[in-house]
Amino acid sequence: MTELSLNILDVAQNSIKAEAKLVELFVLIDTAKDILTIEINDDGCGMPADILEKVADPFFTTRDTRNVGLGVPFFKEAAESTGGSFSITSETGKGTRVKATFTLSHIDRMPLGDINSTVETLVFYNTHLDFHYKYHLDGEEFSLDTREIKELLEGQPIDAPEVKEFISGYLAENSNEINKTQTF
Amino acid sequence: MKSLAELKAIKDKMQGQVGVRSHGENETRVVVGMATCGIAAGARPVLQKLSALVQEKNIQGVQVTQTGCIGLCMHEPIVEVYGKDGEKTTYIGMTAEKAEVIVERHLIGGKPVIEYTVSGSGL
Repeated sequence: MTELSLNILDVAQNSIKAEAKLVELFVLIDTAKDILTIEINDDGCGMPADILEKVADPFFTTRDTRNVGLGVPFFKEAAESTGGSFSITSETGKGTRVKATFTLSHIDRMPLGDINSTVETLVFYNTHLDFHYKYHLDGEEFSLDTREIKELLEGQPIDAPEVKEFISGYLAENSNEINKTQTF
Repeated sequence: MKSLAELKAIKDKMQGQVGVRSHGENETRVVVGMATCGIAAGARPVLQKLSALVQEKNIQGVQVTQTGCIGLCMHEPIVEVYGKDGEKTTYIGMTAEKAEVIVERHLIGGKPVIEYTVSGSGL
């Protein structure tokens, strides 16, 4: 992977496959503490302890199209190689929580990249699910919650061209306002 | 900060339009592999380009969607096109530029772009 937003898109696919109804994605940046935190939480089917133990093993996968599973190991390695941390907790029937922290200024930290594209891809191509995205930088934040959007749309599709355009604009404008000239 | 307030006007406008969009069985499905292999190889911009072009060019009867690992990881990004007749075309090594060609020649023109397929690439 070349950017963390791609790791996020990849790990979030696991939540989709786990038949989650709600996926939370939090990106929290604290420049004073030099920490970037990424959390991906879902209310999907979860994993029993024996699967959870193996989930960071690249040679373990539950799929049958290939015999490696690199999504979680890549994300874990990306975090730990910056002196950060990685944790995954899960409960069968309740869901899974993934949390990774990165040393923001570490030379090996991948750029966050185009996180807005990742959110758009998740929201527009998984319209049957809900996503709650929160972006927080040094005390300022904005969020996008598809439950709120769907309520406002009163049954109109969230992937209609005009709604997609609005959501893309919403993400771009609000992240620009918070980031100012900074890129992460 | 941009708020969600504008959505109400968008919703009102959409409610005034009837039958502009529907997904049914009798349509072409364009499926992009979005597992680790696909994402790492560049599937996200391919999916976005295909979707944007179908929307921009107002191509009716085409649905762009995503799937998991197709099983040919070394040839990602992979795009499969399932025609209305049930025929499947598998495109490998996709890029946003190739997506433009596929939209023009296959989705609009109706003819698969053989040179982007597994058989056409000489593998």
